[in-house]
Amino acid sequence: MSTIAAISTPNAPGGIAVIRVSGENAIAVSEAVFTPFGGKKVGDMPGYTCAYGIAGDKDGRIDDCILTVFRAPHSYTGEDVCEISCHGGIYVSRKILRALLNNGAEPAQAGEFTKRAFLNGKLDLTSAEAVMDVISAKSELELKMAEQLREGAAFRKAKECSGKLLALLSGLAAWTDYPDEDIPEVQPEHMIGELRAVRSTLQSLINGYDSGRIIREGIPAAIVGRPNVGKSTLFNCLSGCERSIVTEIAGTTRDVVEETIRLGDIVLRLSDTAGIHETDDKIEGIGIGHAQKLIDTSELIIAVFDGSCPLTADDFSLLESLKGRKVVAVINKTDEELKIEEDYITQLIIHTVYISAKENDGVDKLQAAVEELFSISRDSFGSATAANERQKKCIDSALASVDEAISAIESCLNLDAVNIILDEAEQHLLELTGEKITDAVVDEVFSRFCVGK
Amino acid sequence: MSYKMGEFDVAVVGGGHAGVEAALASARLGCSTVMFTISLDQIANMPCNPSIGGTAKGHLVREIDALGGEMGKAADKCFIQSRMLNRGKGPAVHSLRVQADRMKYHEYMKQVCEKQENLYVKQGEVAEILTENGKITGVRTKLGAEYSVKAVIIATGTYLKGKIHIGEESYESGPDSALPSKFLSGSLAEHGIELRRFKTGTPCRVHKRSIDFDILERQDGDENIVPFSFDTPTDGLRNQVSCYISYTNSKTHEVILNNLHRSPLYSGRIEGVGPRYCPSIEDKIVRFSDKPRHQLFIEPMGLSTDEYYLQGMSSSLPEDVQLAFLRTIEGLENVEIMRPAYAIEYDCCDPTQLSPTLEFKKLGGLYGAGQFNGSSGYEEAAAQGLVAGINAALKIRGDEPMILDRASSYIGTLVDDLVTKGCSDPYRMMTSRSEYRLILRQDNADQRLIPVGYHIGLVSRERFERLQEKISQVEAEKKRITHTNIAPSEALNMFLVEHGTSPLSTGCKIADLIRRPQINYNDIAQFDTERPQLSFEVCEQVELQIKYEGYIEKQLAQIEQMRKLETTLLPENTDYSQVYGLRLEAAEKLNKIKPHSLGQASRISGVSPADVSMLAVWLQKHKEENNAT
Repeated sequence: MSTIAAISTPNAPGGIAVIRVSGENAIAVSEAVFTPFGGKKVGDMPGYTCAYGIAGDKDGRIDDCILTVFRAPHSYTGEDVCEISCHGGIYVSRKILRALLNNGAEPAQAGEFTKRAFLNGKLDLTSAEAVMDVISAKSELELKMAEQLREGAAFRKAKECSGKLLALLSGLAAWTDYPDEDIPEVQPEHMIGELRAVRSTLQSLINGYDSGRIIREGIPAAIVGRPNVGKSTLFNCLSGCERSIVTEIAGTTRDVVEETIRLGDIVLRLSDTAGIHETDDKIEGIGIGHAQKLIDTSELIIAVFDGSCPLTADDFSLLESLKGRKVVAVINKTDEELKIEEDYITQLIIHTVYISAKENDGVDKLQAAVEELFSISRDSFGSATAANERQKKCIDSALASVDEAISAIESCLNLDAVNIILDEAEQHLLELTGEKITDAVVDEVFSRFCVGK
Repeated sequence: MSYKMGEFDVAVVGGGHAGVEAALASARLGCSTVMFTISLDQIANMPCNPSIGGTAKGHLVREIDALGGEMGKAADKCFIQSRMLNRGKGPAVHSLRVQADRMKYHEYMKQVCEKQENLYVKQGEVAEILTENGKITGVRTKLGAEYSVKAVIIATGTYLKGKIHIGEESYESGPDSALPSKFLSGSLAEHGIELRRFKTGTPCRVHKRSIDFDILERQDGDENIVPFSFDTPTDGLRNQVSCYISYTNSKTHEVILNNLHRSPLYSGRIEGVGPRYCPSIEDKIVRFSDKPRHQLFIEPMGLSTDEYYLQGMSSSLPEDVQLAFLRTIEGLENVEIMRPAYAIEYDCCDPTQLSPTLEFKKLGGLYGAGQFNGSSGYEEAAAQGLVAGINAALKIRGDEPMILDRASSYIGTLVDDLVTKGCSDPYRMMTSRSEYRLILRQDNADQRLIPVGYHIGLVSRERFERLQEKISQVEAEKKRITHTNIAPSEALNMFLVEHGTSPLSTGCKIADLIRRPQINYNDIAQFDTERPQLSFEVCEQVELQIKYEGYIEKQLAQIEQMRKLETTLLPENTDYSQVYGLRLEAAEKLNKIKPHSLGQASRISGVSPADVSMLAVWLQKHKEENNAT
C-alpha cells in the first residue's frame, strides 16, 4: 500500500496537533522530515517508542515535535505508522504535512486510515458499515470543499494551465495519430514556450499556497461597520487578545487587521476593518477602500451597529451593500440604552444578535448565529485541509512534470516520451476536476482537427 | 421448416475480419467450429480502405500476430506497398501500414479458413439464436437449418439490418452490395440484447485510366520493409505500387455546399451515429469551414484490378453530385466512378453489455466482436474476434478466461474501453487512448503477448523458445554495455562533438553514451570493439530499453499499482444496490457494467475513488463472511 499522511487532529487552533503517516514507507518518509535529538534515527526506533526532536523541511526547522513509532502490524492501520505531535496551530501542522508529502507520502483519501485498519483486519467485521459511513461522510464533505475551492482564482488559473496542456497534447496526438494528414507539425520551440508559460503560472500558484494567501484555513470573515461602533472591541473579544487598538477616537483602525480565530466549532479568518464612512484623511481612505473590498471577498460578514444611537446614513448604505450576502448583524453596546431602529435591521438581516463587546456579553449568541449560517460540523475543516492539500499536491506534481518535459525537449528526447511526461502533468491537473486524460485528449483531437479518411 | 444440419462447439456468425480470427482461434484451440457468412465471396473482404495497419492499428496487428492470430501473416502475404509511419516521432508511436491487394487478401484468408482443421465454412444467413433455460443450444439459418452449438460469436459487421444511403436513395443492403442480415436482430432482442444504430461510410472507387497521375504528388513505400508478423522473413518483401495525393479546392467545396440538402445526413434520413474520426467530405467542409482544402489519397485496390480508392472522400451525396465534385479536383478532372460512395447504417450492441471476455453478461455463451460491438476498423475487429474466439474456446475447454489488461496491450485497452466506458460513436483505436504507450510498442508485441499465446495454446513451443532466446540475448547485451567502460579517445570525442553532444573527459559505460538522445546504438559500434553479432531485432530492443529506461521504469511502477486493483476480483452477480453505503449513482453504474475487478470498477465514469474505497471494504467483509460459512 502506498504511504499516506494527514493531520489527524481537528484543524483548529489547539494545544497540540498530530500528523499521522501510514504505509510501507512511513518510517522512511518520517525520517526525512523528523530528526530526533541526540543523533538517533527514526528508522532505528522500535515500535511503541517516541523521540523528541525537530521536524523540518528544505528551508530548515519547522517545530520541536515528538514522534511516536508504531511498527506493523501493531498500529491502528496495521501498517508502519508514525505520529508526529507538534505545537497546535494550523500553520505548523500543515507545514509538517507538506514536508511529508514532499518526501513521498500521498495525501490520505477520505477515511483512508480507517479503511486500511479494516482491510488489515484491525477492526472487527461488524464495523464494516461504520467504516463505510466514515468514508462516505468524509468524502462528501471533501467534495463540497473541493467544489468551493474550484470557485477560487487559484482553480481558474490551474484550469487555464490544464487547457494549455490539453491543446499541446491534442496537437501531439493528432500529429501522431494522423501522420498522413494535413496536421501542423509540432514545433519543440513552440512547446517549450507554452510550457514555460504554464510553468510560471503553476509556480505562482504554489507560491500563493505557501504564503497562505490563496486558500487559507477558515471561513474568510470581515467585521465591518461605520467608525466607532465597537468593531475592534468585538474583534479583540473574539480573538482573545488586544490585536486591534481600541480608543474613543473614531477611525483608529486604519489598516485591516487579520487573525484566525475559533468560534465554537468554526474557524474564521477574521479581519477587523477601518470604519466605513466618507473621509478626507488619505490613509484612512485607503483603509476604507480595503474594507469595502473585504466585504466583496469575505464569505461571512459581521456587520456591527451601535445600539445606543439611531441608524446613520453610513449605516443605511452599509445595509444596502450587504444584500444577498451571508451576514450576521451585531447590535453592540447593549450595556447602554437601545436607541437604534432594530426592526429595520432585522427586516433586512435574518441573523441579528445583541451583544456588549465591552462586557464580553452575547458572544455565544454570535457563535450560534454563525454556526447556524454555515451549519457545518468541525470535521469539514479537516476536509477542507485535505481537499486543499490534495489540490496543492496535484499542482506540485504537475509543475514537476512540466519541468521534466521542458528539460526533456531541450535535451532532444523523442516526442513519444515527452508526450508521456506531458500526459502526467495534465493528469495531475485534471485530477482537480476528476476528468480522465485519455478521453479529454481524444475529444479535443476531434473537435480541433479535421482528421479521418 | 427446420432441419438438423450438425453439431459443433462454436458458431461464428460472420466471415469478416472479426469472424475469421474468431473462427480460426476457436478451431485451432481444438473446438469444432462452424463459420457462417452470407456470401463465401465476401470472406475477409475490405469494403472500405484496401489497407491494413496505421497508427495504433498497426500495433493491434502485431499483437494479434503475437497471440497467434492470422491478420499479420495475411497482410504480409498480400501487401503491395508498406510504410512505417511516424519514424522520427519516437518508437512508441512507430506504426506499420500497408496497402493490401483486396482480392488476394480475401482469397488468402478464405483458403486459410478452408484448410483449417476443425473449421467448417458455410454460406448462410443466421436468423436465430437458440437457447434452452438461458443457455445457448444452437443457431438456425434463414433456410431452417439448425446447428447445435455451445457458444455463438456474433461478428456481423455492417450486415445487421444494413441500409445503404446514396443521396435521396436508400435500400437494404450489406456492404459492397452483399445481402443484409435481416432476421438476427429480432432474435437478439428477444434474448434481451439491446441494439442500436450506427453508421459509417466509404468513398468512391474510380478507374485508373481516368486519373491524371502525372500531375499528382506520389507517395512511395519504404525501402526497408518491416513485416507485421514476427514470423515473416524480411527478405523478398517489396513494394509494387505507389499511392498519390491530391486536394479539394474552393470549387469542390462550392459544389458540395450547394447540394448539401440532398445529403441524407443533413436531411435527417440517417438516424445512426457516425464515427467522429471518419467524417464524410461534406462533414469536413461544414465543420471546418475555414480550411481552404482537404487532402485525399488515391490508392490502388490491388494488382489485378484498375479500381482506385479515394481516401478522405467518403460521402453520402447523390451519385451525380459525387461525380461533379470529384471532377473539380486536380488530377481527377476526367474521373470515371466505378462504385459510388455510400453511407451504411447497421445494428450493433452497446458494448457495456459485455464482460472483458466479450461474452454477454446476460446470456453466457454468446459473444460479440467487431463492428457489432460498436468499434470500427478491420484491425479493431480482428483483435476482438481473436479475444472472443479464444475465450469461447477456453470456456468450452473449462479453462480460465483470457483477460488482457490495459497495461498488456492495445487489444486489452480496446476491450476495456469498450466494455467499461462504452462508445457513443464507432470506436477507433488511437495511440492516445493508451496511458502505457511507452511500454505498448509495436516492436515488443512479441515479448508482451507470445507468452500469453503460448500459454493458451495458439503459439507453438518452438516460437515461444525463440522468443526466450531473443530476450536472453537482449538481457546479456544490456548487461554487457552497462558494465563495459569506454575510454575517451580522439576519434570518439570527435564523433561525439559531430553528433552535437559533449566529448568525454574520463571513461564511461557504453550504456551512458547510448542514453544520450543524439547517439544511437549502431553508431558507436566502431568504438565498441567487443560487441557481439546480434540481429536487428535484438539491437533494437537493447537500444530502446537503455534509452527509455527511466520512463519505462516509471510506467512499470504505475502498472504495478494498477494491477493491484486489477487482480482484486469482484464477485459475479453482485447486486450493488444492496451494498451498504454506496451512492445511488455509483450503485446504478456498477449494476450496469458489473465490473470484473476493482480496477475496472474504478474506471467506470460516475464511480469515485471514495466509492472504490467502499467497495474494497465491502469486498473484504463479503470474503470473510463467505469464509466463515
